[in-house]
Amino acid sequence: MENPRVALFVTCLVDLFRPSVGFATVKLLEDAGCTVEVPRQQTCCGQPAYNTGDKADTKAIARQVIEAFEGYDYVVAPSGSCAGMISQHYPALFADDAAWSTRAQKLAERTHELVSFLTDVRGVDGVGGEFSGAVTYHDSCSGLRELSIHDQPRRLLGSVEGLHLRELPDANVCCGFGGTFCVKYADISDRMVETKIQAVIDTGADTLLAGDLGCLMNMAGKLQREGAGIQVRHVAEVLAGMTDKPAIGEPGKD
Amino acid sequence: MSGSTTHQFKENAERQLADEDLRQALTKSKGHFTGGRQNAMDKLPEFDALRDKSRDIKEHVLENLDFYLETYEQNVIDSGGQVHWARTAKDAQDIVLEICRSVGATSVNKGKSMIGEECDINEALEANGIRAVETDLGEYIIQIRNERPSHIIAPAVHLTKAQVEQSFRETHTHLDPDRILEEPPTLLEEARTVLRKKYFEAEVGITGANFLVAETGSSIIVTNEGNGDLSQLLPKVHIVLASIEKVVPTLEDASTFLRVLARSATGQEFSVYTTVSTGPRRAEDPDGPEEYHVILLDNGRTGMLGTEFQDMLRCIRCGACMNHCPVYQSVGGHAYGWVYPGPMGAVLSPSLLGVDEAGHLPNASTFCGRCEEVCPVRIPLPKLMRHWREREFERHLTPRAARTGIRLWAFFAQRPALYRWATGLQMRLMGAMGRRRGRFSSVPLAKGWTKYRDLPAPEGKTFQQQWAAQQKLGRS
Repeated sequence: MENPRVALFVTCLVDLFRPSVGFATVKLLEDAGCTVEVPRQQTCCGQPAYNTGDKADTKAIARQVIEAFEGYDYVVAPSGSCAGMISQHYPALFADDAAWSTRAQKLAERTHELVSFLTDVRGVDGVGGEFSGAVTYHDSCSGLRELSIHDQPRRLLGSVEGLHLRELPDANVCCGFGGTFCVKYADISDRMVETKIQAVIDTGADTLLAGDLGCLMNMAGKLQREGAGIQVRHVAEVLAGMTDKPAIGEPGKD
Repeated sequence: MSGSTTHQFKENAERQLADEDLRQALTKSKGHFTGGRQNAMDKLPEFDALRDKSRDIKEHVLENLDFYLETYEQNVIDSGGQVHWARTAKDAQDIVLEICRSVGATSVNKGKSMIGEECDINEALEANGIRAVETDLGEYIIQIRNERPSHIIAPAVHLTKAQVEQSFRETHTHLDPDRILEEPPTLLEEARTVLRKKYFEAEVGITGANFLVAETGSSIIVTNEGNGDLSQLLPKVHIVLASIEKVVPTLEDASTFLRVLARSATGQEFSVYTTVSTGPRRAEDPDGPEEYHVILLDNGRTGMLGTEFQDMLRCIRCGACMNHCPVYQSVGGHAYGWVYPGPMGAVLSPSLLGVDEAGHLPNASTFCGRCEEVCPVRIPLPKLMRHWREREFERHLTPRAARTGIRLWAFFAQRPALYRWATGLQMRLMGAMGRRRGRFSSVPLAKGWTKYRDLPAPEGKTFQQQWAAQQKLGRS
């Protein structure tokens, strides 16, 4: 497709906590020849309700998302978790509802996570940016296991000049975020993120990247609490060359 | 089903998290299990195809369970054995005790059996003056420590070598106190010597079963120590304790499962011993029991058939899900409070104990999906845990704060204009407050978060606000 119309599903966390990831996403999509639009009626994909067992609210939110995002060539989210919710779970949610099932299925087929969309759909094999430093990369669970996102971010990061990627041991093990899990089972979540950041520190990298803001906020919050001095960013920021904003949880430059 | 502390999962977990020995033991075993499975898988290109086949066989059996159970029963009887049907754990206890009484048993050898744990067989035996001797090394260790298994295939995985050594010294007081007991082989040798004598004293041997073969009426167990063979061959009576979903159609099918079982469990290509038992000793057999009994336990399983939880009955008890579960690897098996820990326990325990008792377990998961990724029979464990959450939500069992919180949030999420206004206001406020440090170390309504980590401050204006503003200016 020459110039596809892409609807950005910005995700609630990026919308509220880190809009710069949204703008990095827009830049990457435009660089890949897409026209980006941001449907106004979006709030959240419904995962918090879905994972709490609140099926009625989940369906109501999902219907709202389907209505808001129909009619675009693609829907792209800077998150494997939210993209996976729409592409993997919406069809299952409406499996017994013929009318909505078709609409959910259609949306699911056109919905992608950002980095895999760039590589697998748009055929991007490199980004022009520069970044100086050693980075390590954590594979967020939903992206990795629901959407098979593993090589794509590594490939694109490999094209960033000056960037050295140090593989994170057990990069495929959960960081302990898990949405409401990290608050409901805070003690267990803490042990998980503690194990994770120790592995991050041991790589000697000075920047940690991942593709999901929930995991990033969890790991950034723990690294900062421990005073580890490692910068944490969404992978889109580095790929778009938009790292002028302070890293996650770092003070603004006044 | 006595002694469940599953309802106190949070308190249990807190205690286990503070246990440094546990942390050390789990760190050591984790790499062994996950690395072992990966190696075994890498060496078997058809591994994933075997997983599909294993899933399909189990699905077929569960759709035709009555047929295969009746075929199995007939073939056990034809080979000279007896079949007993136990609807509940108590029924199974009563049948075991009755068989023991019929031969005047005072001592019973136990091979490892999770169904034995589910039915509290040891407690029932001891209460009736019958000694139960666990012959599996791990089971023996926890028996002398008066503990429960913390893992379905590695019952003592929560212990360090030093803890085991200490227990042996405290229990085996007849041995030289200055003996060297530091290496696992010396511990194994000592347990063997102590246990060997007891083998010969038992009148009854109880084992579990990994598979029941319908076409031959055989039971199959896999072990690594050979203890199962001695437990069942030496005594006069062999009792097989098994749950109904263990039945498979043919020996050929059993061999399909055997190819994925050990690889998924320990990373071995095959367990050291695979023992097939068919009926009691025949005239031409060199050894074997005089009586062969099978107790088939239901204990709530038929209630899972035809429901969204039927898939759980495919489980072959390899333990791969818990070996790969970051929650299990953090809190250990005892935190789960009953027989079955880890992801498989988080789905099975609510079915067997009731979701009122075991409701925490399916909630204590990040849905990271690693359990499903490694399951040899492809049980969609996260999906099944979510089904339990849905049932809890329907029945208002979800904790009130979580329920109110999620409904309040959902109210806003379904009203985009109100949501944009409210979040826009809140983010600007939080952004301004957090600007200097970039993060918060304490937030009144997010204590669960800030107890252990800082909360990154929002940048200020939301993306939606900034985007709308840019659109107005024509995005120059």
